[in-house]
Amino acid sequence: MGHTLIEKIVMRNTGEPSVSPGEIKTVKVDRVMIHDIFIPFVVDKFREMGFQKVWDRDKVVLIYDHLVPTSAVEDVRHFKIGDAFVKEQGLEHFHRADGICHQLMPEMGYAKPGNIVFGTDSHTTTYGCVGCFSSGIGYTEMAAVLGTGEMWIRVPETIKVVINGKLPKGVYAKDIILRLIGDLRADGATYKVLEFSGSTVEEMSVSSRMTISNMAIEAGAKAALFAPDEKTCAYSGVKMEDVDWLYADEDASYCQVMEYRAEEMAAVLACPSQVDNIHNVSEMAGTKLDQVFIGSCTNGRLEDLAVAAKILKGKKVAPFVKLIVTPASRSIYQEAVKEGYIRILAEAGAIVTHPGCGLCCGRACGILTDGERVLATNNRNFLGRMGTSKVEIFLGSPATAAASAAAGYITVPEQE
Amino acid sequence: MTQFTGKVWLLGDDIDTDIIIPTEYLALPGVEDMKKYAFSPLREELAGQIGQGDIIVAGKNFGCGSSREQAPEIIKQLGVRCVIAKSFARIFFRNAINNGLLLIESGGLRDDVAEGDVITVTMGEKIQAGGKDYPITPLPENLMDILNAGGLVKAMQARNGV
Repeated sequence: MGHTLIEKIVMRNTGEPSVSPGEIKTVKVDRVMIHDIFIPFVVDKFREMGFQKVWDRDKVVLIYDHLVPTSAVEDVRHFKIGDAFVKEQGLEHFHRADGICHQLMPEMGYAKPGNIVFGTDSHTTTYGCVGCFSSGIGYTEMAAVLGTGEMWIRVPETIKVVINGKLPKGVYAKDIILRLIGDLRADGATYKVLEFSGSTVEEMSVSSRMTISNMAIEAGAKAALFAPDEKTCAYSGVKMEDVDWLYADEDASYCQVMEYRAEEMAAVLACPSQVDNIHNVSEMAGTKLDQVFIGSCTNGRLEDLAVAAKILKGKKVAPFVKLIVTPASRSIYQEAVKEGYIRILAEAGAIVTHPGCGLCCGRACGILTDGERVLATNNRNFLGRMGTSKVEIFLGSPATAAASAAAGYITVPEQE
Repeated sequence: MTQFTGKVWLLGDDIDTDIIIPTEYLALPGVEDMKKYAFSPLREELAGQIGQGDIIVAGKNFGCGSSREQAPEIIKQLGVRCVIAKSFARIFFRNAINNGLLLIESGGLRDDVAEGDVITVTMGEKIQAGGKDYPITPLPENLMDILNAGGLVKAMQARNGV
């Protein structure tokens, strides 16, 4: 019997010749990520448990992103505790204003193909874009991992998702993952891994794969994996021969197989207020908007800003509509300046903010109120996510967002 | 054989962590201050009604959404003896065990019981409700160890000799 990607990663980590879904295994953790919101809680629990030193300071990454820059006086406490912990433990991997944790972990090479990584945020599934088994955990569990370097896992079942063919113009990775969440529903992949393959996926950039793995948690998934290829190796700075063990066997066992033709995909939206409430953009076309947000760990990368700039070049954001653009990391911001995307977006009337979680985590940078409507490129549209519970949040691709910002209402991106 | 009896509070499917404790109360100093707002978006009065030893019975995907650990902590603080649901979201499941809150998966019970019913749980074996038995799968040993220690903090303290 062959093995899935997740089984291969667990086998490699534990040194066992074979593992099966349902088995409980203790794995050695390759890297952990702790973000600013939960740092005080992790540090408290770490001490309460009686630990003095982290198990391996090279394997710990601290990232400030939800609170950068601070928007309430209490936020400063998180940085003070984080800074003190960095000094006390001699940590070398920390980022105080370099971007969103889930962008930085693969971008900086902290999460690599075949690794096992845990983070304190639920969107830690993102690093599956490079074939890394990564998942979110709570702060108590993180404190225990910091002390021991180990974590128990239940070997998960895998759902195989095969997408073949060429996407129509105006349809992107975001539309694929939204469609999939709509089909699986919000709990359809709970405890399970999504494993992606097919010619559409092979053609995709690592950034686009990241959009897909980022949102896997919205179907409840434990991880979302792409087998590493040449693109992955170039992105992660590893050699193909070092990761050639990481592929799914043809006779691997799956609990479910889902097959899609890319040509049949359309631009879609997650409509208020569940991520699995999916409708074609065309069904919603004409719905008036108050604000548009392009950013987040889902869709704040260079290719996303490039698409938005292409659509908005020489145009203006519609009157009375605010367009907020937040690059996912400092390096993306710098590249977007170099490529001229930021100038185009600024000339179109966008409010360009510093890299960080910004509006997506609902604490700053464009909070909305009762009766307002926003189209955003991030990953959650839960009640109250971006302000009051009477804000309507639609989630879509950067192309849909940019076209809609120019029009002032929900618009199907050009299909040329 | 551990056995306990409790009064049922009935909830639906997809009870997310924003319902269990809305984000706006997460900045309160502690779980004690937060607990009166538990489930408030859904049933404002519920937190005040739940008593020591009561049992929450819910539908599928209980605890979906964010990784906030205050969600299981608050349920425990309210005095809830255990949560029985058709299924649990993954991060909530781990957080609950780590905080010493017992969770039981049962596909059939939710559709048969009513709020206020009194049910009996025999650990690792069955739930008895309305004269009917609902078998339950025991939790893996390593999880029972954490639960029996009183949560992950206490388990680690024992490991570290604190």
